[in-house]
Amino acid sequence: MAKRRKLCGRNRERLFSNLCIAPSLAGVLIFFLIPFGIVIYYSVVNNPVMHEFVFLDNFKALFQNAAFITAAKNTATFSAVSVPLALVLSLGLAVLLEANIPGKSIFRTFFLSPLMVPTASVVLVWQVLFHNHGTLNQIIETFGGDPVDWMKSSYGQIIIVCMFLWKNLGYNMILFMSALCAIPRDIIEVAALEGAGKCYQFFHIKLRYLSPTILFVFILSLINSFKIFREVYLLTGDYPYDKMYMLQHFMNNTFNSLDYQKLSAAAVVFALIMVVIIAVLMIAENKFGEDVES
Amino acid sequence: MKDNKKKVFTIMITSFACIAAVLFLMPTVLTIANSFMTSSEISANYGAMYGNMTEDTKTFISEDVNLKFIPDKVSASQYASVLFKSPEYLFKFWNSVALTVPITMFQLLTAIFASYGFSRYQGKIKSIIFFSYIILMLMPYQVTLVPNFLVAEKFGILDTRWAIILPGIFSPFSVFLLTKVMKRIPVSYIEAAKLDGANEFQILFRICLPLCKGALVSIAMLVFIDYWNMVEQPLVLMKEADMHPLSVFLSQINTGDVGLAFAVGTVYMVPTVLMFLYGEDYLVEGITYSGGIKG
Repeated sequence: MAKRRKLCGRNRERLFSNLCIAPSLAGVLIFFLIPFGIVIYYSVVNNPVMHEFVFLDNFKALFQNAAFITAAKNTATFSAVSVPLALVLSLGLAVLLEANIPGKSIFRTFFLSPLMVPTASVVLVWQVLFHNHGTLNQIIETFGGDPVDWMKSSYGQIIIVCMFLWKNLGYNMILFMSALCAIPRDIIEVAALEGAGKCYQFFHIKLRYLSPTILFVFILSLINSFKIFREVYLLTGDYPYDKMYMLQHFMNNTFNSLDYQKLSAAAVVFALIMVVIIAVLMIAENKFGEDVES
Repeated sequence: MKDNKKKVFTIMITSFACIAAVLFLMPTVLTIANSFMTSSEISANYGAMYGNMTEDTKTFISEDVNLKFIPDKVSASQYASVLFKSPEYLFKFWNSVALTVPITMFQLLTAIFASYGFSRYQGKIKSIIFFSYIILMLMPYQVTLVPNFLVAEKFGILDTRWAIILPGIFSPFSVFLLTKVMKRIPVSYIEAAKLDGANEFQILFRICLPLCKGALVSIAMLVFIDYWNMVEQPLVLMKEADMHPLSVFLSQINTGDVGLAFAVGTVYMVPTVLMFLYGEDYLVEGITYSGGIKG
């Protein structure tokens, strides 16, 4: 009797936890998942009026589209460069602030300040910096170098990487700092007693403990590497120089020209790539996770 | 000897941190400093970027675009035009508030329940749902653009605030973050509460939420900042420029009133700065325990 009541209790709790998810899930279904199903459907029919099934034709057309290939390449290169860079630099900053320097909390606030400034105002500053007659070129000229037309050169991606790092390093740094604080002190002390150097401590002990945080910051940085498009868009408009033409530009422009098939196919391809990346990360997490816990 | 070495090391690190900090702070300082210039000074400095100046102002404009930190003459004229001369800016500011505040509040509210649900009794179906949340969270706005547009059209909420607020409320970002924090709450706390006769609601609101307070504040800040700066959504989902938030207006300001851009930007910064003053410590301790993907 008592056992049965306990079982009922557990069932009730399970029911409650399912009910808790319900509102969010309903919203996500209505506003994201079901419409995304429609997007998948659009990607395999010939046009929104005829609804003729063409299977992979839209995808074939997409991969023959020069604009898509350029955009996909640019976005992939940008994320592949900027996300690891953001990881390494923010971890470096965190370690730097961990060392005993005066005014730690003031530095922290300074590094977080990019979060406060409105995006559009910052874009103005970036424009002034990287303008053809702008600050950076003036500095280069004073030192006798040749000015570079940043926005219209193959250096264009550097601007995006700068904007991305500037905006996101601070928050990533904070996440790493709190993870560094959470590493058990006694383990480090024991290692030091046994003669482990600072480098050994960092790479063999601290990095192990940081691995969940590294994964977490990786995900956040990946999201933010797509979100930085807002700045890129404000900086460059609809049709920027080749090297700055991102996947989101391509999607925006196909949306504006009402080419839903191409857009849907691109969205599906993008989603598939994300599924693969996250799946790989989860497998990696399972592996590393065991490592730390044991 | 060793002490001296340590001192040199500290000085080196500190100076490096100083340089980095100055670089990070520069755009903020620049925005605020330039908001105290007169409009003509701004046009003279930055006008060359836009090339749409009228003939009579052209004479003042140099070829070069100069970054200028200290105004020739400190003036509040920009603020006077923004705050008092035309109601337009304040009106758009209100639009921003009317969009961002409900999104932040209700996104957090749904996330509190959803993350509690996800953090307890994981099953296969739940982990599949959570996986799809993660994928959705990674999608750039351009991917959800068509879905959002289709749904808004279907429900007849296109060109109203709801077209932005409703998808915003259900955006999975805060569910993801909060679930990870909730999963770190020791099961023994919950078991103990249960033994004392607490029901599920009490466990959620008396035990879990107080433990997540820091995380809640920091997630609220991140969500608020993200939506406070929105540009794409209003452009696609609301045709009427009167309803656009100030962020959209600010992004288009360089086609017209560059002279006011910095003052508008500074005014727009006030809510986020206030939030930082209140919540920076929460931001720092907030997501302390989070790591990994699944939590």
